[in-house]
Amino acid sequence: MTTPVTPAGFVLGLADDALVSAQRMGWWISRAPELEEDLALANIGLDQLGQARALLTYAGELEGTGRTEDDLAYLRDDRDFRNVWLVERPQTDFGVTIARLLVFATWQSELYAALASSADLTLAGVAGKAVKEVAYHVDHARLWTLRLGDGTEESHRRMQDALDAEWPYVEELFVADPDAPIDPATLRDAVLGRVGEVVAAATLTVPEVAPSVGGGRRGLHTEHLGHLLAGMQHLHRSHPGVTW
Amino acid sequence: MSSRDWPLWEVFVRPRRGLSHVHAGSLHAPDAEMALRNARDVYTRRQEGVSLWVVPSAEIVASDPGERDAFFDPAEDKVYRHPTFYDVPEGVQHL
Amino acid sequence: MRFEDLLAGDGRVEPRDEMPDAYRRTLVRQIAQHAHSEIIGMQPEGNWISRAPSLRRKAILMAKVQDEAGHGLYLYAAAETLGVDRADLLDQLHTGRQKYSSIFNYPTLTWADVGAIGWLVDGAAIVNQVPLCRCSYGPYARAMVRVCKEESFHQRQGFEILHTLAHGSPAQHAMAQDAVDRYWWPALMMFGPPDDDSPNSAQSMAWGIKRFSNDELRQRFVDMTVPQAEALGLTLPDPDLRWNDERGHHDFGEIDFTELYEVVRGNGPCNADRIAHKVRAHEDGAWVREAAAAYAAKREAGAA
Repeated sequence: MTTPVTPAGFVLGLADDALVSAQRMGWWISRAPELEEDLALANIGLDQLGQARALLTYAGELEGTGRTEDDLAYLRDDRDFRNVWLVERPQTDFGVTIARLLVFATWQSELYAALASSADLTLAGVAGKAVKEVAYHVDHARLWTLRLGDGTEESHRRMQDALDAEWPYVEELFVADPDAPIDPATLRDAVLGRVGEVVAAATLTVPEVAPSVGGGRRGLHTEHLGHLLAGMQHLHRSHPGVTW
Repeated sequence: MSSRDWPLWEVFVRPRRGLSHVHAGSLHAPDAEMALRNARDVYTRRQEGVSLWVVPSAEIVASDPGERDAFFDPAEDKVYRHPTFYDVPEGVQHL
Repeated sequence: MRFEDLLAGDGRVEPRDEMPDAYRRTLVRQIAQHAHSEIIGMQPEGNWISRAPSLRRKAILMAKVQDEAGHGLYLYAAAETLGVDRADLLDQLHTGRQKYSSIFNYPTLTWADVGAIGWLVDGAAIVNQVPLCRCSYGPYARAMVRVCKEESFHQRQGFEILHTLAHGSPAQHAMAQDAVDRYWWPALMMFGPPDDDSPNSAQSMAWGIKRFSNDELRQRFVDMTVPQAEALGLTLPDPDLRWNDERGHHDFGEIDFTELYEVVRGNGPCNADRIAHKVRAHEDGAWVREAAAAYAAKREAGAA
């Protein structure tokens, strides 16, 4: 029996999700509501960055072009990025950050848990490590969703607004990919079930909104990604070929 | 304690199995659940521990430094509590 | 045990011990200033997290800036054992009534500045901090032990950044040299005014809060740093810097403290930005802190 080859594009999508998330999370360091939360969000960002690096390296191997993690992170234009829209929009509001993390980390946890027993041993290894990390992210998002949802009137309103703002971008996580070792479409019920329980326990409502058209997995992004990449890539690109 | 701060918690870390929890420091958290998570993020970033306790600082009952003499000096002359107090004849083992 | 006897025996003062008000006030001021420095110090380096030129460097920098949040946290906790609240200390920072190290009022203009901060600023901080691990006040000393342990990677990563740049392309080498040129003198000023112009030093030494004078520590830093600069292949911007056989130390040029005093007074390049950033974050987070407190209060009321 031959092991089916994991498409590089699938791994790249997961890598870009994690990388762009980490880039957004890094913004919080020195801006969190309390010092303890600076440390917590930095830990989450570092986990995501670690996942991104492992996945980018593996994506480079799969495509067989010899591109390194840095080649892939710094030398691709936004049309070549494969992340979902959920992670690329700015997140400078704590409620938005928590709402997004709740959805994203829960999705990652279902996906990584499934990939951890994948026949692709490299991917299974990365996923097996990441599944523990994202379990903590889910928990962090859950605790904060409960506190913001069932805290003050203002926090309830702001957390509901945050969920409403993020929800159009949730569906893109489940776009079918039949060639992938785990088709994200199969995760929908589990992810939304878990997220829905937390939202309800937090006295909040799961928004009923039309999903955005999406397109991140095909390299069609919002305008925000270009700005994020401009900041992230400019120094690396200003000095081609050097070592840092 | 000012009401503007979240309560203060004391953090105790067990460095590895077989050892006691040791006081590592303190932090602020709104409740016990968050205190435990914050303790993990603040005090075990470098694998310093395998188990954590958090205790509200206000719940700690401490001996009074003013009563230190009465508390601790009486133990000073009970030297017979220590094994080195006793003479053991030469050649006697496992004692 | 009486305070004087404790100090005479090189013992440690613990939170509930009796201590003179002036000792307590001095410690609160110094520990708070130290904590504020860690927190404000997150900004100049945090400025480069989004732009770090490799993913490895990005991870290191995130971990480092996160450590600084941790160090600020340990230090605020040490100050709180003296009967002050973190919220009050933050108020004093936000309103300019308490200071932080002036070094963080300088901008990080290039990536090499991240290296220079690690190598020179953290290097100077370590020289200052190692003796504080033996400070007479127990909680401060213990916080410093933890800080120093964690801080050891900070200086190395800065040195590594500069070493890579200095041995890279001509543009990278120039970037590294420029950063060292800009950070060298401010780093020397981190040790404070010269001994004969440092009014509180004698009292702090008598109390065992300070173990060495400003000038002693500055000299130690210079002696330590000169050979490292040679290893980097970078020059330190001081024409008077040379080894003095007689003294067994390096001589160095006169420090222009007028600039330091201007920066302390608030006229540095980043003073207003640093405080504005911190105040904004604090105010933007108020609703989150209130929500968590309200949630906890509801749970407590429900349980009672």
